[in-house]
Amino acid sequence: MADRIDVQKTYKIYIGGEFVRTESGRYYPVTEPKSGKLIANLCLSSRKDFRNAVVAARKAQPGWAGRSAYNRSQILYRIAEMMEGRRDQFVAELKRSGYSAAKASKEIDTSIDRMVYFAGWCDKYQQIYSTVNPVAGSYFNFSVPEPTGVISVVAPEDQPLAGLVSVVAPVIAGGNTCVVLCSEKSPLTAVTFSEVLHSSDVPGGVINLLTGQETELVEHFSSHMDVNAVIYARSHKDNLKRIQENASLNVKRVVVRNEKDWTDAKHENPYTILDTLEIKTTWHPIGV
Amino acid sequence: MNTKIHSKPDFSITFPVDQVGIEDRVARFNTRSIKKDSKKFALKLALSMVDLTTLEGMDSPGKVRQLCYKAMHPHESLADIPSVAAVCVYPSFVAVAKEALRGSGVKVASVATAFPSGHATLKAKIDEVTYVVNEGADEIDMVISRGAFFRGDYNFVFDEIAAIKEACGSAHLKVILETGELQTLDNVRKASDIAMYAGADFIKTSTGKIVPAATQPVTQVMLEAIRDFYFKTGIMIGMKPAGGIREAKKALNYLVMVKETLGSDWLNPDMFRFGASTLANDLLMQIVKMETGNYQSADYFSND
Amino acid sequence: MITDKDIQKKQRLDFTSAWTYDPAPESSDHVTISDKYDLFIGGKFVEPVSGTYFATVSPSTEKKLADVAEAGEKDVDNAVKAARTAYDTYWKKMSGRDRGKYIYRIARMIQERAREFAVIESMDGGKPIRESRDVDVPLAAAHYFYYAGWADKLDYAFPGRKTQPRGVAGQIIPWNFPLLMAAWKIAPALATGNTVVLKPAETTPLTSLKLAELIRDADLPPGVVNIITGAGQTGSAIVNHPGVDKIAFTGSTQVGKLIQKSLAGTGKPYTLELGGKAANIVFEDAALDQAVEGIVNGIFFNQGHVCCAGSRLFVQEGIADALIGKLKDRMETLIVGDPLDKNTDIGAINSRAQLDTINGYIETGLNEGADIYQCKCDLPSSGYWVKPTLLTGVSQSHRVVQEEIFGPVLTIQTFRTPAEVIEKANNTPYGLSGGIWTDKGAKIFKISTKIRSGVVWANTFNKFDPTSPFGGYKESGMGREGGLHGLLPYVELI
Repeated sequence: MADRIDVQKTYKIYIGGEFVRTESGRYYPVTEPKSGKLIANLCLSSRKDFRNAVVAARKAQPGWAGRSAYNRSQILYRIAEMMEGRRDQFVAELKRSGYSAAKASKEIDTSIDRMVYFAGWCDKYQQIYSTVNPVAGSYFNFSVPEPTGVISVVAPEDQPLAGLVSVVAPVIAGGNTCVVLCSEKSPLTAVTFSEVLHSSDVPGGVINLLTGQETELVEHFSSHMDVNAVIYARSHKDNLKRIQENASLNVKRVVVRNEKDWTDAKHENPYTILDTLEIKTTWHPIGV
Repeated sequence: MNTKIHSKPDFSITFPVDQVGIEDRVARFNTRSIKKDSKKFALKLALSMVDLTTLEGMDSPGKVRQLCYKAMHPHESLADIPSVAAVCVYPSFVAVAKEALRGSGVKVASVATAFPSGHATLKAKIDEVTYVVNEGADEIDMVISRGAFFRGDYNFVFDEIAAIKEACGSAHLKVILETGELQTLDNVRKASDIAMYAGADFIKTSTGKIVPAATQPVTQVMLEAIRDFYFKTGIMIGMKPAGGIREAKKALNYLVMVKETLGSDWLNPDMFRFGASTLANDLLMQIVKMETGNYQSADYFSND
Repeated sequence: MITDKDIQKKQRLDFTSAWTYDPAPESSDHVTISDKYDLFIGGKFVEPVSGTYFATVSPSTEKKLADVAEAGEKDVDNAVKAARTAYDTYWKKMSGRDRGKYIYRIARMIQERAREFAVIESMDGGKPIRESRDVDVPLAAAHYFYYAGWADKLDYAFPGRKTQPRGVAGQIIPWNFPLLMAAWKIAPALATGNTVVLKPAETTPLTSLKLAELIRDADLPPGVVNIITGAGQTGSAIVNHPGVDKIAFTGSTQVGKLIQKSLAGTGKPYTLELGGKAANIVFEDAALDQAVEGIVNGIFFNQGHVCCAGSRLFVQEGIADALIGKLKDRMETLIVGDPLDKNTDIGAINSRAQLDTINGYIETGLNEGADIYQCKCDLPSSGYWVKPTLLTGVSQSHRVVQEEIFGPVLTIQTFRTPAEVIEKANNTPYGLSGGIWTDKGAKIFKISTKIRSGVVWANTFNKFDPTSPFGGYKESGMGREGGLHGLLPYVELI
């Protein structure tokens, strides 16, 4: 017997800035890989949970995009600060999911640093992607990036936090909001990440995190008519094909990010932000 | 005929005009291709709209008489050529012109109000107008006080035009905005409105003494001002671009603008004039070319 | 003092002048159109394997202009193979500088033959010569010229990355701007080092085939550009061909969705430039006469066969009567008729099918209770024509407000506040373009950032330039054409 009976956490999903249980009442067990011991019962999110999350994300999107880039940058940085404070918890959770201490540390450090990296892009990518276009004729013509809108994200199954941060940080840096399906077998860090978000000045609805089964949810992630793009960061070919087919319902953008190692430095570039940006060109006459 | 209006707008409010949009519109007018009979018709129409003008220090009664003859008989070797609309002279030649043109239907127009600068007292201006009216001028071409306009003293400009209008009696008043000095299309629009509300029968671009004189964008803004005034009051104001229109082709471009902005009711010498000295001959050359099929030389057209 | 009786009751202008313009037809004497056109594959014109041809007719006369080959699957395969061979043999090995020189050649030769291209474009597609001469052809040449210069400068386009061509690009273009859309597709593809299989629309193949002749004359390595004609099935064969590395499509949202679906699971990248239903918003402080001109350019340019047409007019309530009155006057000066007449403002509807579609929508609008205003203009007795049309008394729920008509039909709604008009402007699945008319600069930037569309014209409309990125949000497509951004769909960043 341990000296003390520990208080176990209830792992909830995160929708519109609130920790809720799945409306379906369903759960799935997550266990320690070696011992098979139950760690927690995770929410098996449903189509309705997803729908609610999309509503929250849509509601939050204009306000998030409307914040100053500096403010968004500070909020992403604040997320990193909060992650740093929970570093040991993240490491412990990864270890419980079967990661070695070294691997867990590396992943968490990378995740935190990557959030800082993308925090820094919030007020800079516009200058990389904007152009003033030298059109013939008396017009001032410029192109600027704007967020694509509401993005559904199927986050990587492995390296659950580094993968999550690598796909979500560019999305929100660009002013989008998102609904994320977290790693199915290693969801603990993702749920803890939602607690980080909750204490990081991130407005409710900007990032919504669901736990559950990919095969059940990809249909809804890709067919919802109020979702503007899907990021798919896993490797099931059939699911990807389904997503790409469903995307044609409303011409969703589909971004595939199927990577082996999410701690690789190659994930640190602004082109992942460009994946969920639209370029708007404005014409304006020049005259007196 | 424009009589005074019951309420005048607040001229300090600027009516929006978009320069690039106006230039675009003009460019599109100029793509109209005028061929065959429609060209012949338009050339003669343009000729009938010319205010044949001489406003030089060297003007003499003899020169004015020659000009009047030309006005009545632009090209005697060809039948069916209309006379021009008017002869435009300095005040001291009004009586000469009136006598020379008697019975021809060609009007006598006189510049007045300290043309071209407009720098004189209101009394001097009114006296000058009264003089030319008494001499027999049918039409008075006045200039606005650009100094007052640029000071923002729009009421001064308005009142001055209104006073001149009164002095004109039954003579028609053409108000010259001198758009080359006003420079912006916003100013052109504003000055057009002031002139029309104050009683102008015609608004006119230029004295011909300032470059640029008439331009198509300026004329288009004035035509649109005339259109709005018509919509508001039902009163039709005439338009006279003056200076810088030397070629028949350009004159046709202007007629296209009138046709497609104000319509048929303005396509006559009562509502539209060209203030020009050399345009008439180029119109004649084109008309003769169309009749004979041969390109013409200036040597065959009298140059007064 | 003016009294009421001085004020004329007639406030409309009379444009039925004694002075009307005589016909001024552009001569087509210098234009030669063959009786029959084959497929341009591997630098040569070859007969289709099936031996099948279809007719392309002039929509203004309903007369056949030429027979054009219909490419079947085998022909598509041959074209893709030719493009692949050209890619491996010549194009990917060639320096950017040399690629650029070939593209410059195309630009220059189009300029040289501009008049011929303009006349054929108007004959085959029905658009007025004023537009094909002043817009389509010069912009097409400019597009090649612009991208030619990029060919040896790609290392500077994307910070921190080099570019790599994708390989064989399959490109399908619509019938509304045939030569120009070919330029939008071919120029960036070649500049970035790709080879091309291009299919023009079945109703407007002629300028693309003339372009094929020009490309042959420009001595491009055989197979770098292949131009094959046909209808939807030919397009489908290109989309589904496994040897095609990238698809670029411009056309209807409906077909775009089909393409997107059929590419699912293939990993083939694609860009789509689809339909639109742009809001053109006029505020009460706008320069009204210029706004009227912009409205006319917005909806009547190219008979309204424009994906980014300003087809939904929103007018602030206080100026609605004045603006609509001016618009009606302006419409009476529009000349509808022979596309080859230099004075024609509005030409022929591109095809019988499109004519039926447009007339169907007008009927739908009337059945839904819309009020209609059409120009009093006369229409020619043969050919496909629609009078410029306004539909008023409509709301967001009307089909004519929701759906793309692709014809000279403008719906008009009024609004009171900026918030209301932004809401209505964005209340559509489309997001290609939008227009704002106001004299207040701050308002322009506010509204233009709120409109969810890829192009916003402030105090102007339907302006295009090779340096200016163009493309849609939402169901209007993905990817940009034009400018630096237009390079991206044709490269892989490494």
